[in-house]
Formats: sequence, C-alpha cells, structure tokens
Amino acid sequence: MAEEEEEEVELSDEEKIETVKWFLLNSPPGEIKYVSKDVKSILNDNDLYNEAASEAFPLYNKSHMIFLQMPDRSGDVLITSFNEVEVNAFLDPRSTQVAVVDHVKQVCTEVRPAKDEELPSPYIEEFRCALDAEVLRYVDEAYPKGVCSVYCVNGKDADGPGSDFELVVVISAARLSPQNFCNGSWRSVWNVEVKEDQQMVEVKGKIQVGAHYFEEGNVQLDAKHECKDLTLFQSSEDCALSISSIIRHHETEYLASLEASYLNLSDTIFKDLRRKLPVTRTLFPWHNTLQFSLTRDITKELGIEK
Amino acid sequence: MEAAMGLMRRIPPKHIETGLSALLSLLPHHSSELLSQVDQPLQVLSDMDCGKEFILCEYNRDADSYRSPWSNKYHPPLEDGSLPSLQLRKLEIEANDIFAIYRDQYYEGGISSVYMWEDDNEGFVACFLIKKDGSKTGQGRRGYLQEGAWEAIHVIEVGPEEEGTTNYRLTSTVMLSLTTNNESSGTFSLSGSIRREMNMRVPLAEGHLCNMGRMIEEMEGKMRNSLDQVYFGKTREMVCTLRPPSEVVQMRMPES
Repeated sequence: MAEEEEEEVELSDEEKIETVKWFLLNSPPGEIKYVSKDVKSILNDNDLYNEAASEAFPLYNKSHMIFLQMPDRSGDVLITSFNEVEVNAFLDPRSTQVAVVDHVKQVCTEVRPAKDEELPSPYIEEFRCALDAEVLRYVDEAYPKGVCSVYCVNGKDADGPGSDFELVVVISAARLSPQNFCNGSWRSVWNVEVKEDQQMVEVKGKIQVGAHYFEEGNVQLDAKHECKDLTLFQSSEDCALSISSIIRHHETEYLASLEASYLNLSDTIFKDLRRKLPVTRTLFPWHNTLQFSLTRDITKELGIEK
Repeated sequence: MEAAMGLMRRIPPKHIETGLSALLSLLPHHSSELLSQVDQPLQVLSDMDCGKEFILCEYNRDADSYRSPWSNKYHPPLEDGSLPSLQLRKLEIEANDIFAIYRDQYYEGGISSVYMWEDDNEGFVACFLIKKDGSKTGQGRRGYLQEGAWEAIHVIEVGPEEEGTTNYRLTSTVMLSLTTNNESSGTFSLSGSIRREMNMRVPLAEGHLCNMGRMIEEMEGKMRNSLDQVYFGKTREMVCTLRPPSEVVQMRMPES
C-alpha cells in the first residue's frame, strides 16, 4: 500500500537520479551500455540521465574492473580504484603511462607518461615488476582473455629494506557474447602485504565471478570467494614466484570448487527446491485422484458442465 | 514499456522487486501494465479461519483484500468482494486439495493455492501457484541451501467445450534463487526467472482438473530441466570460457 501512495507523488530529481544509478550499477557484466539505453529512454530527460550516468559509470567501471585499450596500442589499462591517480586517469605501471578515460563511453581517450611521484621507488618497483612478470605469465596461461596488473597501494616510496609495503594484484577477464545471450566476468584481487620485520608476506584474495544468460529468460550467477595465505619474504624473484604460485593454486582450487558446486546442484541441491519426480517416483496420478479424496465424488465435479 | 521490459531482463532476478518498484516510480502511468507483465515474488497470508496459508496474486485480489482459497473469504474482510460461481468454486476446492498433494509429492513442503474465475468467452481461467522455501532454515530437507526459493505461477485459460474437447492455454513462470555458502567455496548464488507457454486441445473425458494437472506437471518438469541443464549449464560454460579448467590437468602433472 505504501507503494501505491508513493506512485501518486512525482519523484524528485534527486530520487530519479538515484533510481537511474541503481539500474546502471546493477547491470550484469558488460551490459551497462544496454541498460543505460533503456533507462535513458524511460527517464526521457537528458540532463538528469547525464548526471546519473556520470556518477554511475565510474563506479561500475571500477567495481567491474573493466579494461580499455590504450590508443597507442601499448595494451590494455585496467580501471580499478587501486590505480586511479586522478579523476578519470588510471596508471598502467607496465608501460609507466597514465591513461585518461571517458567513463561513460568506456574508452581511453589519451595516454601520458606517468609522473615520477605516481610511480613507486626503484626498490618497490623491483618487487612489483618481478611479481607482474610472474602473474602475467600465469594469466596468459590460464585465461584466454585475461588482463592483469600489479599496483603498489601502500609504502610505494620505501627506498630500501626494512619497510613494510603492500601490492595489489588485479586479474580481470570478461567474455561478452550478447549475440549468444551470454556475458560473464571473472575478477580477482590479491592483496600482498609485505611485513619485513616478520619476514612474512601475507596474501589475501577476493574472487568474484558473474555470468548472465538471457535467451528467453534471465539467469545469473554470482559467486564470491575469499582466501588467505602466507609466504616467506625473500628476494624479489623468489617472492614473485611463490606469490604467483599461491594465486595460481587458490584460483585453480576455487574453479574446481565452482565445478563441484554445479555438479552438486543437479544431483542434490535442486531437490530441495523441486524434485525431478514425486516422492512416489512415478508421475502424479491425475487420472485417479479419487484415491486422495475418499469422501468426495470427484468424477462428477471434474467437468463443469455448461 | 519495451525499454522497461528490456531492463527487467537484465536486472539480477533476486532484485526483481526493487527493480519493479523503481520502474513503477519512474513510470507511474504504466503501473497496471508493469504489474501485469512483470512477475514478482509471491507473498503469503494466513487464513485466520482455518489456520492455513495462501498465496497472494492479482487473481485473488479485490481492492486491497485477497481471497483465501480455503475459506473463500477475503483478508482483510471485504463486504462484496467478487467470488467465483458456485460451480466453479466446487472445482476450485477440488483443485486446491489435489494440487496440495501434487505439491507435497514434488516439493516436500511449500505452499500452494489455486484460484479460478469465469472469463468472458464461456470458459474460465485457473491460476495455480506454488511457493517453496528450500533453505535449511525453511523446508530444505537436505539442508544444502543457505537461501533457496522456488516460485511457480501457472495461468491456464480454459476455452469452452467444443465437440467433447477443450482448448487449454497455459502460461507458466518459474522464479528461483539459491545460495550455498561454505568455507571452502565461498558464496555461490544462482537466480533466474523463465516464462513458457503451451497450448493444448484435449478431450474433456477425464475432466478439467486432470487435463490441467497433466499440463502443469509436464511444464514444470520441462522448466526445471531447462533451468538445470540449459540455463545453469550456460552460466557454467561461461565460467569455463573465462578460465578453462584444462589448466588443472596441466598443473597437477609436474607436481605428482
């Protein structure tokens, strides 16, 4: 009833913007453009739409960790909150460039060389670069269309041993196949915290997998997993090797557990919603429902004669 | 409207309610069209007279009250709420009793309601509803699901009898959502909704209930199967495209 009362009142501009943002932010992987087209025509107010889009697209792009091709063909730049150096500008540490993007169009418009203060110190860069090379090798092997990067998010100016720092490994893979009514994305974020005094490296991972299949229906997968691991602090090359093998190990295990979940689904889990066959293991005896109702003479009632 | 329906095909099915109320607020002039075209999660009320629960939908609503199929009374009470004819009400009572047994055999729990009303073409319309909470805190016997809901809406338009046969036009919607959650594999959540139609002209010899029941049973079986095999299967395929599992094999070899 509350809803019906609300309908009477025209939404304020702020409420409209919030509503449009909600639709945009809830777009499945790779589908914000389609959602924006529909929501724009429903709203029928370009100014309000543009305002909502300018707020929602950056959030969506960063949370989905989309990747955009840089205009000079130096590869893809990931759009994440970890490498956002300025509004609409994202660092690509591998090419030491900063990509300027148009969030709503989802394109990279230009690149500029990164400034010194945007890059980590040579000491940190040695670790970052070594890890980047190992992760890149893993991602090339494991993901047909994966993009990865390694950023320093804490202590990037440390100039030598004895200081703590934190790197973040981002892996993003997307497969957009709207002509087959199917889109999906895999995102993983690995926080690598180096604690030099303990000579330990703590690795924390967050994996998120989404898929949308929408031919004559709307079915979505939303899977999330978090895990943790530890390794010894060693030389940059050895650290990179052990961290990338931790990532590889956990992601492989997770994929196997997803497979197991799917197997379990058909075999057992689905039964808790609806069984394939009745508990009697035969089709329901519609022709003989008399057995269920001893007192009523159903046969007479079944056909309502006009 | 086309854009609105487009949006509903993309919004995560578990957010259908929020999405619908957002659309209603953006498009107040299309509210009746939206409400009739977007299937929303089924709500339940308790019939005070017989202590049984029944499902609410557009088909048992009059003003702000809903008619219980058990007592035939409106909740909250409504003076002159519309009722099916006596004859149709008899069939409705039978249908509710038998459909409850059908529901129990397939769902091992859940709630069902059947509503019938006369239509303008000498026939009638019947709406069969099922709602099942399969979570471990609900009626999930095996206890696998953190959250699990199955909701089915079957609307059958029954035509007038012609030379001993009747035409049945069934439109079915199934909405489901399930979440498993455990330490080793995290949160795994699938949600979806599909709608299908089926037309059949069959002899009336065995009666309407038998004909409609068979149709619904066949349709539910097909829809369950396509959700399981096709729809869930496609999302699984997508996961494997994103990160093919063949690597598992390649990786384990050097270790062993």
